[in-house]
Amino acid sequence: MKQRPIRWSVYVGLMPAILIVVFAYLGTMIWTVGISFTDSRMLPAARFAGVNQYIRLFATDRWLTSIQNMVMFGVLMIGISLVLGFLLAVAIDQRVRAEGVLRTVILYPYAMSFIVTGLVWQWILNPTLGIEKTVRGWGFESFRFDWIVGQDTAIYCVVLAGVWHAAGLVMAIMLAGLRGIDPDLWKASRIDGIKPWRFYLHIVIPVLRPSFISATVLLSLGVVKLYDLVLVLTGGGPGFSSDVPAKFVMDYLFQRQNIGLATAAATTLLVTVLCVLTPWLYAEYFRRQTPKG
Amino acid sequence: MSSVSLRNLKISFGAVNVLETLNLEVAEGEFIVLLGPSGCGKSTLLNAIAGLLDLTEGQVFIGGRNVTWAEPSERGIGMVFQSYALYPRLTVEGNLSFGLKMSGMPKAEIARRVADAARILQIEPLMKRQPAQLSGGQRQRVAIGRALVRNASVLLFDEPLSNLDAKLRTELRVEIKRLHKALGSTMIFVTHDQVEALTLADRIAVMHKGVIRQLASPKEIYQRPVDRFVASFVGSPQMNFLSGRIVRRDEALAFRLDGGGEIGLNGYDFTHPVSDGQVATLGIRPEQAQLQPSPQHTESLEPTFTIDEPMGPDTLLWGTLGGETFSLRTTSDHTPNLGTAMPIYVNPAQVSLFDAAGERL
Repeated sequence: MKQRPIRWSVYVGLMPAILIVVFAYLGTMIWTVGISFTDSRMLPAARFAGVNQYIRLFATDRWLTSIQNMVMFGVLMIGISLVLGFLLAVAIDQRVRAEGVLRTVILYPYAMSFIVTGLVWQWILNPTLGIEKTVRGWGFESFRFDWIVGQDTAIYCVVLAGVWHAAGLVMAIMLAGLRGIDPDLWKASRIDGIKPWRFYLHIVIPVLRPSFISATVLLSLGVVKLYDLVLVLTGGGPGFSSDVPAKFVMDYLFQRQNIGLATAAATTLLVTVLCVLTPWLYAEYFRRQTPKG
Repeated sequence: MSSVSLRNLKISFGAVNVLETLNLEVAEGEFIVLLGPSGCGKSTLLNAIAGLLDLTEGQVFIGGRNVTWAEPSERGIGMVFQSYALYPRLTVEGNLSFGLKMSGMPKAEIARRVADAARILQIEPLMKRQPAQLSGGQRQRVAIGRALVRNASVLLFDEPLSNLDAKLRTELRVEIKRLHKALGSTMIFVTHDQVEALTLADRIAVMHKGVIRQLASPKEIYQRPVDRFVASFVGSPQMNFLSGRIVRRDEALAFRLDGGGEIGLNGYDFTHPVSDGQVATLGIRPEQAQLQPSPQHTESLEPTFTIDEPMGPDTLLWGTLGGETFSLRTTSDHTPNLGTAMPIYVNPAQVSLFDAAGERL
C-alpha cells in the first residue's frame, strides 16, 4: 500500500489552535495543580510542600461551608429545576393557546446573564426594597421575608434565583423530548384506559431519560462554576454563609494573596468537574453502542 | 362479538368537513375494510369509532349500546396502529399487561390472558424482550396481542401492515385472516392497499373525500364498481377507460369509441336508462379482454400493443387504442406481434360503462 505523504500545511493551519490549547489551557491547568503542591503565598514559589495546602484547605471553615453550600445549591437547584421544567413542558404540551409566546417567556430568564439575574433578585429579595417593603406598604406591618440577610437562609435565595434562571432551559429540553413521543402512544394509552398521570410516570419519564441526563449535566456544570450569581446576589454573605468554591478560589487568589491555598481549592474543583463529566462521557459513549430501534 | 353502527356521523375540523353524514352498519363478527387514498377520512372514521376523536354530529353504537360519549377504554374495543405504538422501555410482557394492571385486574387473570395472547400470536419466546429488540413483524404481533388481551369484541386496525416489507405483509395478512376465523370478533381494518382489502374483507367500504362511495363484497367492488373512482382505485393495473358514445344499432345498443371501433352491448346489465348518442366511458379491466374469441367474448376491438411485461404466471401487454392507453393481461405463452393492430375480444356482460359524471350506467 502506498503511504500517503504527510500534509504539513494541515498542521501549520492547526498550529495556533494547538498552541493555545497546549499553553493557555493545559499549561495553566498543570501549572495550577503544580502550585497547589508548593507553599506559595503571595507569589508563586517552587518550594515543594506536599499536600500541606490541601490539609490547610480542608481545615478552613470557609472552604467547608462553601463546599456544603455548593452541594446544597446543586441538589436543590437541579432537583427543583428538573421537576418544575418537566411540569412546565407538560403544561405547554397540552396544545395551549399562544404556545410560542409562553415558551419564549419561560425560556427568557436563561438568556440573561447571572449578573443581571443576581441584581434583579437582590432587589426583589432585599427587605428594604423588594417584596417585604411592598407587602408592608399594603398594610401587613408584621410581614417578614428577609431570607437574603439570614445566615441560614441566604443560600436558599441563591437557589431561588438559580431555579428561576434554569427552569426555562429544562422546559425547552423536556418539551423537545415530549414532542418526539409518537402520538399513537397517547391513543394506545387511552384505549388501554391508562390515566394520564400514570402514562407520564410509567411511559413518558422513562422515554425522556436522555433529556433528564442532558439537563442534569448542563445544570451540574453551572453549579460547579457558580460564582457571579452569588457575588451579585449575596456577596457570599452574610459573613461567608453563602460562599461557594469558585468564589473562595477567586477571593484567595486576588484579594487574600494566598495562591497556594487558592490553587489547591481550584484543583479540588477540577477533580469535582471531572467526576461529573466522566460518567456523562461514559454514558454518551455507552449509549451509542446500544442498537437503535 | 358486537355489531358496530354509525348513524349520521359528521366530523369537521373548523370549516373543513372530513366526514359527511356517514352511515355504516357492521354486523357481528364481520370483517370490514375501509379502503381509500390518503386523506379520504378513513383513519378519521376509525378514530371516531375508537372514541379518540369527538364527533361533530351523529352517534356511534357498539353492541347495541350508544357509546357516542364513552371513553375509548369503555367501548370494548382494541386497536392496532401503523406505528405499532408499543410502550417503549417495557418488555413485551409489560406491554401486554400494562393496561390490565393499571385497571386493577387480579394478577392471575392478567397472566392467563397474556399467556393466551402470546400462544395465539406465537410470541412466547419474545416475552422478556424490549420493543427496540424486535423486528417490525414481531412488533406488530405484540401490538395485536395488546389489543387481544383486552378481550375486545371489536378490533380496529389502522393500516397495521403499511410499515412492513412485502414478504412480512403477506404473512401477517394471512395471520390476521386466520385470527379473524379463530376469534370471530368484529374487525374494522383501514388500508390504502387494495390487495389487503380484497383478500381480507367480508365487505369493503371504498371511501373518497369523506364519503363511502361503495360498500359491497370484494367481488362486487371489483366486478361492478359504482363509479369511475372506485373502478380506477381498485385493480392493478388500473382499468382501461375508453371514451365514446352509446349508439343504437339494429334495435340493440352498442358503444362507439371516439378513437374508432365499436362493440355491441348485448348482455350488459344497465342500471340506468340510456339514450341514443349519450356520452359515456367504457371500462375494461386488463384481464377482461383476451386474444382469442370465445362464446362469451364476442365483441372485438383493435388495439396496437407496443410493450410486453412477462410477470411469471401471466403477461401484461401495453399499447394504445384510439389514442388511449390500453393494457391486457394474458395467460397464454404466445406473444402476439408487437407494433401492429390486432383484434382482442371482450364479454359485454363483464365490462363497465360510466356516464359523463362518472356514475355507472
